[in-house]
Amino acid sequence: MAPINPVNIDFSSLNLVTLAPMLVTLIGALVILIIDLIKKDLDKSLYVTLTILTLFIAVGAVLSLNLNERGLFDTILIDGVAILGQLIILIGSMLFIPLALTKKRFHEFSYPEFFALFLFMIFGFQFMVSSDNLILIFIGLETASLALYPLIAMHNTRASIEAAIKYFTMGAMAAGFFAMGAAVIYGVTGSVELAVVADVLKSRMSEAGILIPVVGGALLLLVAIGFKVSLIPFHMWTPDVYEGSPAPLAGYMSIIPKIAMMVVAVRFFNIYLDLDIVSVKNLIIILAIVTATLANMMALVQGDVKRMLAYSSISHAGFIMVALALDSLKGYSSIFLYYGLFLFTNLGAFAMLWVSRRKAKLFHDRFHHPYEKFAGMIHKAPIAAVIMAIFMLSLAGVPPFSLFWGKLYVLSAIVDKGYYLVALIMALNSAIAVYYYLKLIVYMFLKPADKDKEEVTIYANRALSLEVVIGFAAFVTITSIFYIEPLMKFITDLVKSSGLV
Amino acid sequence: MSNILTVLIFFPLVAGLFGFLVSQKSIRVYGIAVAAAEFLLSLWLWFSFDMKNAGMQFVEKINIIPEFGISYYLGVDGISLFLVVMTTFMTLIGIIGLSIKKDIKNMIITLLFLEVAMVGVFVALDVILFYIFWEFSLVPMLYIIGAWGGEKRLYAAIKFFIYTFAGSLVMLVGILYLAHLYQSTTGEWSFALTDWYKLQMDLDVQKWLFWAFFLGFAIKVPMFPFHTWLPYAHGQAPTVGSVILAAVLLKMGTYGFVRFSLPLFPDASVSAILPIAILAIIMIIYTAMVAFAQKDIKQVIAYSSISHMGVIVLGTFAMNVEGIAGSIFLMLSHGIVSGALFLLVGVIYDRKHTKLMDEFGGLAKVMPTYATIFGIMTMASVGLPLTIGFIGEYLSLAGFYKVSPIMTILAGTSIILGAVYMLAVLKKTFFGPITKEENKSLKDLNAKELTALVPLVAIVVWLGVYPKPVLAPIDTSTKALVELMHQKAQTKEAKATILVSKTKEAK
Repeated sequence: MAPINPVNIDFSSLNLVTLAPMLVTLIGALVILIIDLIKKDLDKSLYVTLTILTLFIAVGAVLSLNLNERGLFDTILIDGVAILGQLIILIGSMLFIPLALTKKRFHEFSYPEFFALFLFMIFGFQFMVSSDNLILIFIGLETASLALYPLIAMHNTRASIEAAIKYFTMGAMAAGFFAMGAAVIYGVTGSVELAVVADVLKSRMSEAGILIPVVGGALLLLVAIGFKVSLIPFHMWTPDVYEGSPAPLAGYMSIIPKIAMMVVAVRFFNIYLDLDIVSVKNLIIILAIVTATLANMMALVQGDVKRMLAYSSISHAGFIMVALALDSLKGYSSIFLYYGLFLFTNLGAFAMLWVSRRKAKLFHDRFHHPYEKFAGMIHKAPIAAVIMAIFMLSLAGVPPFSLFWGKLYVLSAIVDKGYYLVALIMALNSAIAVYYYLKLIVYMFLKPADKDKEEVTIYANRALSLEVVIGFAAFVTITSIFYIEPLMKFITDLVKSSGLV
Repeated sequence: MSNILTVLIFFPLVAGLFGFLVSQKSIRVYGIAVAAAEFLLSLWLWFSFDMKNAGMQFVEKINIIPEFGISYYLGVDGISLFLVVMTTFMTLIGIIGLSIKKDIKNMIITLLFLEVAMVGVFVALDVILFYIFWEFSLVPMLYIIGAWGGEKRLYAAIKFFIYTFAGSLVMLVGILYLAHLYQSTTGEWSFALTDWYKLQMDLDVQKWLFWAFFLGFAIKVPMFPFHTWLPYAHGQAPTVGSVILAAVLLKMGTYGFVRFSLPLFPDASVSAILPIAILAIIMIIYTAMVAFAQKDIKQVIAYSSISHMGVIVLGTFAMNVEGIAGSIFLMLSHGIVSGALFLLVGVIYDRKHTKLMDEFGGLAKVMPTYATIFGIMTMASVGLPLTIGFIGEYLSLAGFYKVSPIMTILAGTSIILGAVYMLAVLKKTFFGPITKEENKSLKDLNAKELTALVPLVAIVVWLGVYPKPVLAPIDTSTKALVELMHQKAQTKEAKATILVSKTKEAK
């Protein structure tokens, strides 16, 4: 197919149904903007509920999509991976948005634009995961990113503005790499559509010297993906941005943008893995190992729980990245399983930090959530301490909590493919990681609170909606053993139907 | 009641959750009542157990993740039966002897959760289920050491957790590889241990897997050179923590050897006899010497506990019925005796807040009952005939004698060295003149402590004189185990080493 051929447009290939979930979020965002235009002094609770309802309808629209249909002039591909990606994004967003209803007032949530931007961002991510056209992926990525930067900055502290600018600069650079990578791929294959790229590459693989541009393009895209998924050495922005953002947004950023980019990575690198280009495969594995290991080391020495969670989420990203390189059904499925479970646990953990947020930094000059803040929490707030401990144990991979199953499937997929050493390294990484998760548990359960701060309540920002979200996340984390089977089956069926393996 | 194992696992869990409703004042009685009920349930299991049957009994199997072959699969045989009974018994004794005042409610609930994990480990026949209980047992123990321990409790608790966690993650990779192997030979996923028993593997594969599992188990036992966490854990843990740790948690490692390493990898096990025996003998002699050098009574017992675990490992790797059955019996007797000794140290620690031998002397005059019980337990620990300690130790060593007489003689020094350091404790603490004025007014055992200790003394004497009711079912199941290993063994060397002596005579 020729890349630019405006004459042959057939409007039946618009197939608007495939766009339905995205249109829902788009319309929702516009409705919020219009309401704001008409009436000014509305409370944030209205916008929160409107956003949730929009997302709810979008989930419904996703579930009613037909598998393996194309739309928007063949640029949208609704396959199993796209559906899974959209579901995780929408469910994660639904969990996130009630966290805006806090007891304390925060600057950003008083603006209706926050919610409109939030929905625009989701729109971008949805686009990203449901397209197999590099240009459209790029547009989705930029829409989402440009909406995300102001969301961070709207927190309106020095740190958050710094974080937004840092993220923006880094994000712009990543976008540049993405564009260059896409250009190289286009140069080699004459197409930006991944299906066509795969066919052309397959036919040209025997040509001499073809590997240099092919692998070069992959490298450029890997840099862009590495930025978004926060692989070492492209991770520098992550801890600072998480530290500057409000806790729930940091938790959100540790999952949703990453799963969106992960879907793109799955689509793109699957071409290379199918062609058996070993250098790319090895590169992914090496990056994954380096990411998981180094991020763990850095998490060990953090003094702030939020920064620790930032590094831990980098490490988890590295852990999952290995599954990408396996090119097996179990590997791809376990990516989605892992992110699906990680979503609840990690967002729950960040939400726990959010509950404990107050305006003044009582415990540390720089950090909002130093470890010392949680000392003696078992006596101040026993249930909260137990829930936080469960989240930490789950992140550490202690059975029977949810992430243990994610770990089990990923490790099993690695072992199935014969990478025993990689599996061993990843397993030992979990043993390193358990130290910093335990550190928080030790502070909460085993250390007495500071004498002069004994009276300070830890959860100053508590509100019903936060409790509901955290309670739900904890419930999902604890009861995982009962739903892993149907969940994994659902994921495997969808992944299988998208024909990656 | 065919689902008694499920009841045994989940009764303490439910009781622990309900424990949150009981008030701080009455929680002690609640804990004792629950632990006693659990113990009675395990006795019921014992009495309804068919002694003649060598295979798994009370089997329950519910698929949890059929696609991936994970199931809720329980069963008990002669090997695990008494470990379950000992677990519930020692938990009961531990709760009765509890002398902690601070946060006693949390302590009792934690102990009940720990009991869930411990019973689960011994009755799980699905390897993932086993792994879940195995890992989960770390969490309550971390809390017990960390919240009620001594000065360096945080260091000890974290060291304990990370050491064992790291070892078991290596084991997890081994488990997953074995599952993959099973899947590629049979085409189906299964984590059921009884399925895995049927798997034939090449010697090379066996060796890798054997050492992966070994690491997980050896850290738990703890075998030299992975033993360094244990003295810290014992030194810092509260009395009840040490009792449970020594009596039950360490047995998980040796139980793992018997249940997993030997029958799954018979050839690799035989090829590993020499290195493991050397490690075990170093463990026996070295830690016995370290024990002799300690000034703190609790540390002496901690190191003696490691030393005796060496004998258990040696007996296990004798690969014959005597050795394995003996080591299982020794697991039980070591549980009872070391648990009792830690309780006894707890008694004087409660009175004087020190565990140093120099602070005592001539206690036999002030606390005669205490001295008597301590003496009996010392004798049992040393392995005096007609006490529980003798039978297991004798059988283990006799079993290993068939493998290597020289190494057995070396290991036999454990009995002599044990006598040296334990009698030294006895002499310094209980005999001679009363050197410290304040020791003259120490009170003898009170009713609570007697209730906890007298049953232990009774068991030590009863099973020392008449071990048959316990030894017979162990023997039956061990024979079946050894036969399975003999059948599975591929190398000539393994066939020759794994002796099914009694069945051969019958033929």
